[in-house]
Formats: sequence, structure tokens, C-alpha cells
Amino acid sequence: MSSAATKVARPDQSAHEPVPDEAGAGTGTTGNLPGQHQPGTDYSGYRLVAAKHPWRWVGTAVVALGVLAVSWSLATNPRWEWGVVAQWFTARSVINGLVETLKLTAISGLLGFVLGFILALMRLSASPLLVSVSWTFSWIFRSTPLLVQMLLWYNLGYLYDRISLGIPFTDVRFFDVQTTSLISQFAAAVLGLTLNQAAYSAEIIRGGILSVDHGQLEAAAALGIPAWRRSTRIILPQAMRAILPTAFNEIIGLVKGTSIVYVLAYSELFYTVQVIYNRTQQVLPLLLVATLWYVVITSVLSVFQYYIERHYSKGAVRTLPLTPLQTARKFFATHAAVTQEARSPR
Amino acid sequence: MSIRTSAAPGSAPAETAASGPTRGLVEITGVRKSFGTAEVLKGISLTVDPGGVAVIVGPSGSGKSTLLRTINHLEKVDGGYISIDGMLVGYEVRGRTLHELREKDILKQRTEIGMVFQNFNLFPHLTALENVAEAPVVAPRSGKVRSTKAEARRRGLELLDRVGLKDRADAYPRQLSGGQQQRVAIARALALDPKILLFDEPTSALDPELVNEVLDVIRELAKSGTTLIIVTHEMGFARDVADTVVFMDEGQIVEQGSPQQIFTRPREERTRSFLSKVIEPAFNI
Repeated sequence: MSSAATKVARPDQSAHEPVPDEAGAGTGTTGNLPGQHQPGTDYSGYRLVAAKHPWRWVGTAVVALGVLAVSWSLATNPRWEWGVVAQWFTARSVINGLVETLKLTAISGLLGFVLGFILALMRLSASPLLVSVSWTFSWIFRSTPLLVQMLLWYNLGYLYDRISLGIPFTDVRFFDVQTTSLISQFAAAVLGLTLNQAAYSAEIIRGGILSVDHGQLEAAAALGIPAWRRSTRIILPQAMRAILPTAFNEIIGLVKGTSIVYVLAYSELFYTVQVIYNRTQQVLPLLLVATLWYVVITSVLSVFQYYIERHYSKGAVRTLPLTPLQTARKFFATHAAVTQEARSPR
Repeated sequence: MSIRTSAAPGSAPAETAASGPTRGLVEITGVRKSFGTAEVLKGISLTVDPGGVAVIVGPSGSGKSTLLRTINHLEKVDGGYISIDGMLVGYEVRGRTLHELREKDILKQRTEIGMVFQNFNLFPHLTALENVAEAPVVAPRSGKVRSTKAEARRRGLELLDRVGLKDRADAYPRQLSGGQQQRVAIARALALDPKILLFDEPTSALDPELVNEVLDVIRELAKSGTTLIIVTHEMGFARDVADTVVFMDEGQIVEQGSPQQIFTRPREERTRSFLSKVIEPAFNI
């Protein structure tokens, strides 16, 4: 330890003079330790060598091999029947099913989040009745299986013959209709998915609102900014940062969740491919068709998510991260510059 | 009790001079406030003259911040009342009854009372200029029309210039230093042209070397004729800028007087012991 002490005390000497016995010889710490240098040396002409990471290369090679093997088997195993996949991928019936899936997702996603927003505001209000109604709603719809909800809505006609709107406890009716004619497969599907979605998104939105610092609300109130403006201009844009990742999780879940409406024999994507493979017995390739479409939708949504999140991170980060496009451009720009630079001196 | 404003008549800018001399009289009478079983304000009475600068000092938990927050009705009082130029804060007088104001009317009152927070509370997703120009466009204001966006931006730039940040107008709060953020917050509070400005420990969250840039802005304001009520731990600043220093402890005003009197000849033992703790020995009074 005396060596360390010596070095701290006389860094200039120990660096380039053989250190006296008491410090050095035994421990082998004499000479050019990393970081030791002669004061006043000019390093500007030195060549720079990057640190080497051999194990990183080994890991990369192993993973690359694995990826290659999987791709190879996907491409060459005839049982995947890629020809059949290609044949059905853009078939009219499959595309129709896809459109239905997108329609269900869009409608019940939108309605679900609107209703969820209202439920979240109710939950955060000062009225105990609104709070408990909102809580109960979430409790019921989160605790019953979606499948059961769906079947229940579809069979509502069994429980209630007719649905009417009027003044309670009087004979005044504005609107009166047979339940079975009102609740089609589509209506039951939308109703089930929307209400279920609303229960979950209410919690997501509430969480987002709670994540915004209370001081923001106070500052806005102190400035006399009206309540509605306070929510839409000050709180929600900040809450969005917390809401978006989970909200996109939910929407992506919903895309695939729509496949559950096959129980209503509603011809969305999944039900359509089921009908086809029951006829043609090409089970795996057709499941692959549906899967690939789900992957496509999810990919598109993920791109949206990236840009929307980036939009709402304004002010939350000091500098916005580059978009993939900007990153690529920058990479090529600097890469080209480096290779040119490297070549020119030689 | 009466507090004279230190503002020289000539130094007031046109906008305050035009509103006449009775702008910004604050009368606090017997204000009480409890949180649960803890009574944090035990009957506070205080008058601040128009254009006066009152600095409230005292140990933490003495109710200083709560008192400040009752003035713009961020905290509702349990007893007593507060009036500004004769306008009762949070209530309306009809005959012999007091009616609690609705949210919209409270907002109107608040536009007369600017507030600067310890943690700035700038809106992080809006630029400095957007922070300053937001309220004048949307806040309901009695007797004044709302600004158009263009007007608010022009005025916003003027105010940012006044706090020395015109060139950072398009920066987001997170891109600014603490001192700069607090100066934007002051500009934001000024944008509504308030009669009164409340400062809740405006320099407590700042690095020591940034404190002065904020205090300098407040010093300038003290000369402008706006009534200022400041809660602070900066004793040197208090002595410098205050017309009156109020010492609070345990929800009560222990004593108040000129800075000269409070800092050199405190009458109460509690004041003396507090001051001896917060003022460094090297600091010569």
C-alpha cells in the first residue's frame, strides 16, 4: 500500500523513474501503468485504437447462426406450405375478414377509449356516486370473461324481449324495438368489446392523469385557466406520456382480441380462416395467413405509436430522439464521411 | 397598521400608474385554517398597502405558505376573510350573507393575483413563450377583454425581455436552468397584469449561484408599484426589499415591523432566537 501512497504523493516521479524497492519490484506496478503519463506530453499525433470486445463478437455470431437456422427451416420445410399461404393471403374472403377485424378494432377501440375517458373523469370527481358507479363498472367488466360478456349481449333477447326508451314509470315511449332485431352479431361484438375496453382504458387514463404533478393543476388554477382548458391543454398532454404505451398495448391486444367474436360466428379474419381450413384441411398455412395479417397490423400500429409518443415527449426530454429515418441518414452521412477521410490520407 | 410603499412615484411604469393609487390593497382579517386536527393558521390579521412589499419569514411549518395560498383561494379559509381592494376573495356579499363564489368567478379573481411557486410549476410541454402567453388568451377576466393570441405573444415577448430571457422564448422549461425557469414563471405571473404578486419561497429550489438572478428580477418588481407578498428564507434579500417584515410561528404572527426594526431590535424572544439561527454569524447586521 505504500506504493499507492507514493504515487499519490509524487505522481510525476513514479511515472517515469524506476520506483525504489519498497514500492515496486515485488508488485510489478512499475513502469507504464494505464493512465500514467509524463506531464506536458502532446498526444495530438497519436493513433487511436478502439477497445476490443471479443465476447460481444462471439455472442453476435451465435445469435446470427440461430437466426439463420430458423430462417432456413422456415424457407425450406415444405410443410409450411408457403405456396398455399401466398394463395390465400390476398384472397377476397380473407381480405373481407381483415376489413371486418379492422372495423371492429377501430370502432370498439375508439368508443372504448371515449367511454374510458368519461369513466376516468367520473372516478376522479368529487361526487361519491360517480366514483362508485365508475368503480363498479370497471369491477364488473374486468372480472367477467370477455367470452361470457359477448354471449350475454348476443342473447340479450332471451333476457329482455323488447328494448324501449321512455319516461320511467309512465307509458310514454319514444322508441320501442324487438331486442333480437337490434342486437345483431356486429352490435353484440361492438358492445362487448367496447364495454370491456372502456373498463380497462378508464384505469389507464386515470393512471395517466394521476401521474401528472399536482403543481401543474395548481399553477393552472392560479393563472385563472378554466377547468376544461386545464384538462385538455395542461394535464392531458402530459398524461399522454404515461397513457400512450399502455394504450397501444391495449389496442394491439384488441386487434387480436377481436378474434374472440368467432363465438358469434361473425366473419372477421380469424373466423374466416377457420371456415376456410375446415373446408380445405390446410390448417397450418391458413393460421399462418391470419397470423401474418395480425403481424402487419401490429407493425403499422407500432410505427404510429413511435411517432405519437415522440410528439408527446416534447418538453419532457431535452432533445427529441432522432426518428429511424433521421438516424439512417445520419449514419450514412457520417459513415460516408469517415470512409472518405480514412482513404484520403493514404 | 400601515405600511408605506417604497416605490418612488416616478419609477412606476405607465400600466400601473394608470390604474390609480388604490391598486393592490390586501386586507387579511382573522384568518383560520386547519388541516384535519392541525390548526395551521390561528387567526391571522395583516394589511399590506398598495404597492407595498411584505416579506413573511419564519420556521418551516409556521403556516407562511398556507397563508399565501389562502390569498388566491388555492386554500379555502375556515374562518376570517381576505379582501383585495375591498373585493372579498372567494365570496360575494349579498345583503348580510356571504355566498361562496363559483369556480368561474374565483378564476376571475385569481387573474388579479399572480403567484410564483417554489418549484416553478412551469408547464413542461409548452415553450417559455407559450407558458407566458397561455393564460391571457383563455382566462376569464373582469372588466378586461381576453387577449388575442398575437397580442399575448407580443406581450409575452416583452415580459420575457423584462426578465432577461427574450432569446430563450422558444426553449422548453427543461432546457432552461432553474433560475431561468423561475424567471419565466415570474413573467408568466405578470402576463395577467395582476394587482398583487405572491411569491412562495421563489429561490428555495435553486442552486445558490442562481438565487441572485431571480432576486434581482423581484427587486425590480418591488419598484414597479405592484403589491408583493413574499415568503422567503433569504434574510439579506428580505432586509433589502421589504417595507415590512412579518415573522410567523406556529400559525400566528409573532411580530411585524420594518426590516430595520425586526432584524436589529426584535421585540419578541422567539423572533430573536429564529433570526440567530438563520443568520450566519459572519453576516453583519
